Amino acid sequence: MKKKKVGLAGNNVLLLITVLLFIGMYVIGCIIYANKGFGHFQTFLNILITNAGLICVACGMTCVMLTGGIDISVGSLIAMDCMILAVAMGRQGLPCIPTVMLVLVIGIVFGLVQGYLVGYLGIQPFIVTMAGMFFGRGMTAVICTDQVSITQQENAMFYSWANAKITLPAFLGYTNNKGKTMVPFIRPTVLIALVVVVAIWFMLKYTKFGRSLYAIGGNEQTARMLGLNVRRTKLLAYVLSSFLCSIGGVLYCLNTMAGSVQQAKGFEMDAIASSVIGGTLLTGGVGNVLGSLVGVLINGTITTLVNSNGKLLSSWANIATAALLCFFIILQSIFAKLKDGRK
Amino acid sequence: MKNIQKITRMKLFFPLFCLLLVLLINVVKDPGFFQISVKNGVLYGRLIDVLNRGSEVAILAVGQTLVVAVSAGTDISVGSVMSLSACFTTMLLAGYGVNTTTTIVMPMALGLLAGILMGGLCGAFNGALVSKLRIQPMVATLILFTAARAIGLLLCNNQITYIRYEPYKYLGNFIPGCPIPTPIFVTIVVIVIIMLVLKKSALGTFIQSVGINSRAARLLGINSDFLCFLCYVICGLCAGVAGMIASSRIYCADSNNIGLNYEMDAILAVALGGNSLAGGRFNMAGSIIGAYTIQAITTTLLAMGVSTDQAPVVKAIIVILIVVVQSPVFKSWVETKKNRRRAEIKEAV
Amino acid sequence: MDENVILTMRGITKSFPGVLALDNASLKLRKGEIHALMGENGAGKSTLIKVLTGIYPFEGGEIEMEGVEGQAINHSVQEAQERGIATVYQEVNLCPNLSVAENLFIGREPRTKCNTIDWKKMNSSAREIMKNLDIPVDVTMNLENYSVAIQQMVAIARAVDMECRILILDEPTSSLDDNEVEKLFRLMRDLKNKGVAILFVTHFLEQVYAVCDRITVLRNGQFAGEYTVAEMPRVKLVAAMLGKDLDDLASIKAEGSDTVRKDVVVDAKGLSHKGTIKPFDFVIHKGEVVGLTGLLGSGRSEMARCIYGADRAQTGTLTMNGKELKAKAPIDSINAGMGYLPDDRKADGLIGDLSVKENIYLALQARKGMFHPLSPSEQNALADKFIELLQIKTASRETPVNQLSGGNQQKVILARWLATDPELLILDEPTRGIDIGTKTEIQKLILKLAAEGKSVIFISSEIEEMLRTCSRLCVMRDGSKVGELDHDLTQNTVMTAIAGQGKEGEQ
Repeated sequence: MKKKKVGLAGNNVLLLITVLLFIGMYVIGCIIYANKGFGHFQTFLNILITNAGLICVACGMTCVMLTGGIDISVGSLIAMDCMILAVAMGRQGLPCIPTVMLVLVIGIVFGLVQGYLVGYLGIQPFIVTMAGMFFGRGMTAVICTDQVSITQQENAMFYSWANAKITLPAFLGYTNNKGKTMVPFIRPTVLIALVVVVAIWFMLKYTKFGRSLYAIGGNEQTARMLGLNVRRTKLLAYVLSSFLCSIGGVLYCLNTMAGSVQQAKGFEMDAIASSVIGGTLLTGGVGNVLGSLVGVLINGTITTLVNSNGKLLSSWANIATAALLCFFIILQSIFAKLKDGRK
Repeated sequence: MKNIQKITRMKLFFPLFCLLLVLLINVVKDPGFFQISVKNGVLYGRLIDVLNRGSEVAILAVGQTLVVAVSAGTDISVGSVMSLSACFTTMLLAGYGVNTTTTIVMPMALGLLAGILMGGLCGAFNGALVSKLRIQPMVATLILFTAARAIGLLLCNNQITYIRYEPYKYLGNFIPGCPIPTPIFVTIVVIVIIMLVLKKSALGTFIQSVGINSRAARLLGINSDFLCFLCYVICGLCAGVAGMIASSRIYCADSNNIGLNYEMDAILAVALGGNSLAGGRFNMAGSIIGAYTIQAITTTLLAMGVSTDQAPVVKAIIVILIVVVQSPVFKSWVETKKNRRRAEIKEAV
Repeated sequence: MDENVILTMRGITKSFPGVLALDNASLKLRKGEIHALMGENGAGKSTLIKVLTGIYPFEGGEIEMEGVEGQAINHSVQEAQERGIATVYQEVNLCPNLSVAENLFIGREPRTKCNTIDWKKMNSSAREIMKNLDIPVDVTMNLENYSVAIQQMVAIARAVDMECRILILDEPTSSLDDNEVEKLFRLMRDLKNKGVAILFVTHFLEQVYAVCDRITVLRNGQFAGEYTVAEMPRVKLVAAMLGKDLDDLASIKAEGSDTVRKDVVVDAKGLSHKGTIKPFDFVIHKGEVVGLTGLLGSGRSEMARCIYGADRAQTGTLTMNGKELKAKAPIDSINAGMGYLPDDRKADGLIGDLSVKENIYLALQARKGMFHPLSPSEQNALADKFIELLQIKTASRETPVNQLSGGNQQKVILARWLATDPELLILDEPTRGIDIGTKTEIQKLILKLAAEGKSVIFISSEIEEMLRTCSRLCVMRDGSKVGELDHDLTQNTVMTAIAGQGKEGEQ
């Protein structure tokens, strides 16, 4: 019985720390920045709106990390996606839907190549996706080196998607100092992101593919012995990651309405940090997308806190995320050591 | 036939072959590639350019080689650490928040030394995560990969600090009266130091032992953890030196652009040097030749009108090709092909 | 001839580069029996199992299985599973991060109408299976929350549920305590009554006598005999496992080598390492060769590692030449004058890609410190000296050591330690997998070292070898030191000591 308790501790404690951290940070934000409207429900919704893309990417990242791998190409892939969208729609005047389709297909192809190299040729995921990272960033510059933006004249449909508001019941809103009621709203991107979260959660729990991801992360050798197709599952994990990343890229583009070479720099860090903070083990086998969602929220809260301050440089957000990632990695390492010691 | 095999089996064959190939392409494209002229009392020419601009990569490759050998992983933070070191030095020399200055508030040597030590500190951080907490090298270094640039921005108060103090430019450009670019000297010094250390101590053999079989290395009395840590520190110091050169070239600390994409170049240099990214045996001379090969590629690409932002595409493809060729699956595939051909020949006979 | 025979393996031959792992090995399994497969390290037990389950292809011999037409050769684990052969390994081959139910059904999960995993059905079926086998677990908990014994039983349950007819248990008990072992045995007897043929690989004699019906003994890859447990006394079994064929080198032990015991070199009191070796006392004198004997897994290697400091001792003290030695890492022991040749040459000994020369001088270099490097000429001289002295067959001193044959690799590691001129040399299975000539050379070398006043701790699976070289033997059983023999050292006394008194006292 004693063993049971300790065993429970490892993974759940990490998740518990995460949730408490989020609540704690949010409450502190509400207290310190009360005068800046941090406590309004809309602030929370804004975190979701700005991070819709990150939510998708973190879901894909979680799937890859469950197998014990990693994908650091996501930031560059998003930059490339945005650039393609911006150039195709903003400069070439292509219609909206085919362009989005094109971006999604490119994501799948990108994932196929990476997945093949990792799954079938057995190359370290880090090296493969690092090459992918530089390739993606480089291709972005090959497509166009300027900052390209998409405006209403060029693509009305995409513009309308970006600016669509979905209003929520008014009682959740607040009255601003001019006496006007601010009705809370979200954008369609948030809905898409949440649909992705639910879909991936369902896939991880209720499909053979989802369970195979966990099994491979738990013990690759064993998974093979138990008759699972390890190589194909790994390949698909990377395809899924790149595909979700492309969806994330479209959502990201809907927020920024532009493409530039420097876009989404360090995004891989945010995605990995979200996943790790959300309880996904770097060694694989443990984690779920709901945790990753909380991880993204923490990430978003940090950025919002830094921005709310106004005086702090935006790079503080990066540093805070990195520090948090470091902290959680160390925690994981300690938990792993405790576990080993017990055996 | 046997002689050819002998040559191709030599350790330095692969890196030298790549270098010659790149040089050959250049000469065919531009016969004036090897021309060196003297303008304004300093040397000019594409070859000098490669040697000069390749300094940072060569210095980084020295550190990266050790890291790859000892831990079978790569340090992807070197580019960012370069940037952080540069920012730290300019902050010390110019003072916090100063935008542009013509005087420095601290002896230059001290400032440079501090910058290099900053690199060492970053290396120590990476090394501690890898050797003590046993975190995969790339995840550990990913933290500084993003954070170091951000910290650099903070140190520079989110702006580009210019130091228009003449001697500060010496390191990355020319010392008055000397026709050869200073970075070449710095690189030679770094290489000589590391070669001397490798020759005059057992460090090289120990690092290889740990990289090949760290359990056995521990049992025969080598402190595996400490060596791993040490390699990361050396790698950090190298990044610091490279950062100083890069900063001095443009006499400022541009946090976002110093050392950009250099991690890729450094890793590629190691791979092109004929070293396996899976660790173990290493060949320092190969890595250094690899570094200049990379620089020659970069220079070629730039001459062809490819921008610095676009160059990584080509390098990424080269990296993938090299690791695919190094992968066990590919090797065994080649082996079976060979065997089949041999069997066919036998049958034919 | 036997109605009940379900599996017959005959004349199985399998070789690895340079080693003949199985040489005409045979095995016969009957329905509803528990059959022990025994043999010392390297006897070919695991190779035989891997041939049977399709992990290794093999060169010669035939396998027949009831219900399979012709040869029942398996090409993959899956194929073996489909034919009803399931294997449970020492390290549990399940995913610790998944629930018990999932582990039972992974790869063959029950589905709902929409082809998604039916968790409800999976959990309820799992609960039923566990109840039937009387395994007390919550099937929704992750497997890692349970003890190794339960994990092993889950693995067995999975095998049973997949309707296996032959169940192979490969050293399942090595990490279990007595209580857990008893539970496992109950499960095994249940299965036996249901008609499953169980092949049980273990090193523990007591367990063989507790549950098994028949024993097949392998020695050096060959079939050494099949016995029924009832007719096989313990000592005879040990004798069959170790083989009695004394080679022609009957006695190389120098006369009067019973050294005078003075000048204590190492004195260990109450050393232990959690999970591997219980507290023990150990003394070795100058010029003495002490053997650690016992079956594999008895703690003989672990005791050596503990003395050397490869596993840091958690209790007790060790004094070397009168000074207390607190080894934090092996380098401390090396500096104090110890040398250690590990039993797993590949994993713990060789630095594979490095040259013979480098492998020889590394330990001495580590002892001298990184900044006092041996000059190239010193390195070469050292390497040449030992290549000559130990007659290491290598193309040159620069040849990568992994291109050498096993025996020569072993000599290289031996040279590595001789180069440091240690006072105490710990040799764990230095002669395993080595041809008979080299074996004799190494034995002679050990005696020579002792005559020069060095102390040697020697571990070997071959009793003759120990008898020839050691003046005193420490007997190990089940992770603790159970006694010492220092006179009247003969095959029989040693084997009786190793076999020990059975709990159920069947002798």
